[in-house]
Amino acid sequence: MYPQEFLYTKEHEWIRVDEEIGTIGITDYAQKELGDIVYVEVAKPGEHVAANESLGTVESVKAVSEIFSPVSGEVSAVNAKLQNNPEMLNTDPHGGAWLIQVRLSDRSEIEKLMTADEYEAYIQKEK
Amino acid sequence: MRYLPNSDSDRAAMLKATGRSSVEEFFDRIPEEVRLQGRLNLPGPLSEPEILEFFRQAASRSTREYVSLLGAGAYRHYVPAAVNALLSRGEFFTAYTPYQAEIAQGTLQAMFEFQTLMTQLTGMEVGNASLYDGSTATTEAVLMAMRVTRRQRVLLARTLHPEYGEVLRTYVRQQGTEIQQIPHEASGQLDLAGLEAALNAETAAVVVQSPNFFGTLERTAKIAGTVHRSGALLIVTIAEPLSLALVKPPREADIVCGEAQSFGVGVAFGGPYVGFLTAKEKFLRQMPGRLVGQTVDRDGRRGFVLTLATREQHIRREKATSNICTNQSLCALAVTIYLSLMGKNGLRKLAEQNLAKAHYAARQLAAIPGVAMPFGGPHFNEFVVRTPCDAEELLADLQKQKIIGGLNLARFYPELRNHLLVCVTETVSREAIERTVEVFRRAAGLESEAESNGAGAEFAGCRTAGGA
Repeated sequence: MYPQEFLYTKEHEWIRVDEEIGTIGITDYAQKELGDIVYVEVAKPGEHVAANESLGTVESVKAVSEIFSPVSGEVSAVNAKLQNNPEMLNTDPHGGAWLIQVRLSDRSEIEKLMTADEYEAYIQKEK
Repeated sequence: MRYLPNSDSDRAAMLKATGRSSVEEFFDRIPEEVRLQGRLNLPGPLSEPEILEFFRQAASRSTREYVSLLGAGAYRHYVPAAVNALLSRGEFFTAYTPYQAEIAQGTLQAMFEFQTLMTQLTGMEVGNASLYDGSTATTEAVLMAMRVTRRQRVLLARTLHPEYGEVLRTYVRQQGTEIQQIPHEASGQLDLAGLEAALNAETAAVVVQSPNFFGTLERTAKIAGTVHRSGALLIVTIAEPLSLALVKPPREADIVCGEAQSFGVGVAFGGPYVGFLTAKEKFLRQMPGRLVGQTVDRDGRRGFVLTLATREQHIRREKATSNICTNQSLCALAVTIYLSLMGKNGLRKLAEQNLAKAHYAARQLAAIPGVAMPFGGPHFNEFVVRTPCDAEELLADLQKQKIIGGLNLARFYPELRNHLLVCVTETVSREAIERTVEVFRRAAGLESEAESNGAGAEFAGCRTAGGA
């Protein structure tokens, strides 16, 4: 279920790190908890995000939720497809519905994140 | 809302249930020195006839029989009897949205129609279900623009209602917002070169009022072009929305907001007022306050819902789009009834009457030697005149004639000594305008028009030397 090549946060975001670029999204568990997602708003390319701070919001029919960045760095790209198709977050959260790409400023931050196995154990406890 | 009495025995029962010995005990967490000692300084209860007598006397001291030339953000227009008759229906008695909002389809429909009417007037695409007043609507528009642009700098026209600017400053005092004022040109309109020079890549919004505080209409299309080149949003504030029945709506703006008191909400001791906020649809999710949407139920029937409530304070707490976005449902309802009653043609005719009367008064006043119209820009029902003598003395002379002569602008603009802001709505008769002109003529040291052929004319000029 949860890709081995991703790292995870307690706030239910995932990150895939390729060289200095981290691709960030929300987990399948997060999208199920949120319900039907109707709107996504994230930081713009060139802006800086900080680890554990908000990089944007995801709005579902139930609530508007903050997305917390797993790492610090400069936003290098955002997923434009989500503007008009926010429901992709419900259908493909680990693939096509990534949210944002960040140029990592401190690689050591990823050591604090959970592996797929750790995350699965964590959400078992959450349930 | 029901009146729930709070008698001695009720209080005793509640104290017993909560295990407290006195009401004061509930407040013991509040430091003693800031707690009210003793009772409120209010007169004791009155009987019904005493209350009626109290208000009868208060009403007799009021200015009902006075002619008012006072505008400056509060406009005296005739309120048709149907407005209050419909407003008093029991279904509308509470100004609050019921907690299960959709159960009150009538209330939601009234709000939806208010939103629709306001967007039709302003030329915008979406509108909210009202805000507290014109000043908070303007402030919320600025906060909205800062969220949209993620910038912190705001430019305010010096001709924005000064109290609207004050409310904005109060809101943003603790959040590092930079506010700069843009002066006006000789015409009374925004200084376009000054605007261009003040804009930069940190500017979130430019706030321009039209008609502005001097009553002068702004060149909003031109201003919008300049503002948008810097990536900022243009907020147009409208304190006298009746002007929109004649003036082209400021479609080029991003947010159009203001005060709707002119539409069926009379002027009373400082309120209530009713703010409105309309915008381009792309900014919908950053709009403050309640929004009512139209939808269909599962049987395909039209229905109304509160929409985008996930951004509101009861769900999003401190991250909400606004935490001080009180709406004014009852006043918004008055606006909706008023506008429906007037209709497109009625509103236009009323606006034409205002325009004609105000321009007639301005021409008559400007023809008096010593009286000047300092600003040449086009105006609707309000304008500035330089008085031929001390403005306060002239106001006192007018008051003796039961005319409230306007606003002494020196209160907000020290450089405009002896300038009055004069508003002429449909409630001011031609006879009242002529009486006003007469007082101005005497103040200018001219003999009265009526007496000019007789021998009894005497000098009735200023008691003190005047001029600006």
